[in-house]
Amino acid sequence: MKNYVIVGNGVAAVGCIEGIRSVDSTGAITVVSEENSPAYCRPLISYYLEKKTTLEKMPYRPADFYEKNGCTVLYGQKAEKIDADTQTVLLSGGAALPYTSVCVATGSSPFVPPFAGLERVKNKFSFMTVEDTLALEKALSPNANVFIVGAGLIGLKCAEGIAKRVKSVTVCDLADRVLSSILDGECAALMQTQLEENGIAFMLGDTAVAFTENSATMKSGKKVEFDILVLAVGVRANTALVKEAGGEVNRGVVVDTSMKTSLPSVYAAGDCAEGYDLSLGARRVLAILPNAYMQGFTAGVNMAGGKKAFDNAIPMNSIGFFGLHAMTAGTYEGTMVEEKTENSLKRFFIKDDRLSGFILIGHCERVGILTSLIREKTPLSSVDFDLLTKVSTSLAFNPEVRKKKFGTTV
Amino acid sequence: MKRVYVNEAWCLGCHLCEYNCAFANSHLPDMVTALKGKTIFPRIHVEGEDKISFAVSCRHCSDPICVKSCIAGAISTQNGVVRIDENKCVGCLTCVLVCPYGALALGEKGVMQKCELCVENGGEPACVKGCPNRAIVYEERG
Repeated sequence: MKNYVIVGNGVAAVGCIEGIRSVDSTGAITVVSEENSPAYCRPLISYYLEKKTTLEKMPYRPADFYEKNGCTVLYGQKAEKIDADTQTVLLSGGAALPYTSVCVATGSSPFVPPFAGLERVKNKFSFMTVEDTLALEKALSPNANVFIVGAGLIGLKCAEGIAKRVKSVTVCDLADRVLSSILDGECAALMQTQLEENGIAFMLGDTAVAFTENSATMKSGKKVEFDILVLAVGVRANTALVKEAGGEVNRGVVVDTSMKTSLPSVYAAGDCAEGYDLSLGARRVLAILPNAYMQGFTAGVNMAGGKKAFDNAIPMNSIGFFGLHAMTAGTYEGTMVEEKTENSLKRFFIKDDRLSGFILIGHCERVGILTSLIREKTPLSSVDFDLLTKVSTSLAFNPEVRKKKFGTTV
Repeated sequence: MKRVYVNEAWCLGCHLCEYNCAFANSHLPDMVTALKGKTIFPRIHVEGEDKISFAVSCRHCSDPICVKSCIAGAISTQNGVVRIDENKCVGCLTCVLVCPYGALALGEKGVMQKCELCVENGGEPACVKGCPNRAIVYEERG
């Protein structure tokens, strides 16, 4: 009987379990979970603060998931070392878990730059886990002024989540725009206006250089007073286990399309992994939930002796603030085609007759039709792309393609 | 498994399927109470124009990308039917971003809704039953 070990207990781990069980219904699965709870939906922590979900609704799978899948979950345990020669995972408590194959699904950790005086700030928080969220929630009060360092996805979702529960929220970022990893200047400006209209203040192109207990001195020389500090500068993939075992690590753990690392019988998936991005034509860390699940599932199938490649991963983000939605996908390379209406801005990036990426603000109907053009590398000359820039509709495909889409089992 | 299939050559573009769907899922006793003067949120919609029209609803994919992408764990496959737990959905629209068929849309509660083949409504899907030209069928195919 095979011994599967999964290090980590997030969405990639769940994908891995389901992948293993799609091939092997009997092998032993052991999950090493640092957090003391079943896998939960990490992106929901801001929705929790906004009271759009509850802790009870946050588990990723039903309560009997691990039992039904015959998994042993070791809660509150940390994997210290992978010994690739003896095929063993060593745990913090001293135990050793032998494996036939192991999946490293260790996720990422907040990156905190060495700010001067940061240790003097008592009310400081990261925003990654339920534990972080509950600690932050305890500190919230209607009189509190909150300062968030980082105007990326995490920092801004945090800002939205707490906006109505505190007196003020100010967000700074070294970048000159919000959501700089997924939006270009004009699109970012639209989202920034939306956030400002809902009470969020910004200090962009500026960052904190030093802290006292309740204030920050900015690079520009400005001073910010705060009661609560949230650090959302960025995240780093947790790669140490593989690196120390001698495996190839770049920004993330390097994996091929079967999720194999450079070490025998060691796989990696999720935010800790650096896999192939079809839209870029190269490897990069794609720290998004769908990718974590699909990488995990792929790893699981291959660990159990099946054969599966995940070769059409692309960056994709659907993110809304106070009712205005941004949807983005792919890489922003090539010629830009723009379509503007009163309430929306769409930008498409086209290269070699293929859609390489898009940014859509305020348009969120049937967008998956556009995403599929990137993932399937559809030649744009084979569709009515002019129509698609205006409305996302399957009318843009030729009748034979539609017949297959809607008249056959897919 | 039986699924809903659409033959666009037969679709008249009459939009009756949208009304029948909204009515069936309202769980109200008559169509007037359910729909009159209201904005409807059907789980099937007609796309196209004068010459070409076709109805689109969930394909109940054998390998559904919406299930894998849902950030709230709200979408699952149950006995082949792709279903959504409206209590868990937070309306992030990631499923809209990934569904290649454009089959999911926001419902009136601000969370997603999708075709569940009328499993809770009993019998044949309402869109199929009410299609005047038999353009929408419910059957087993390959």
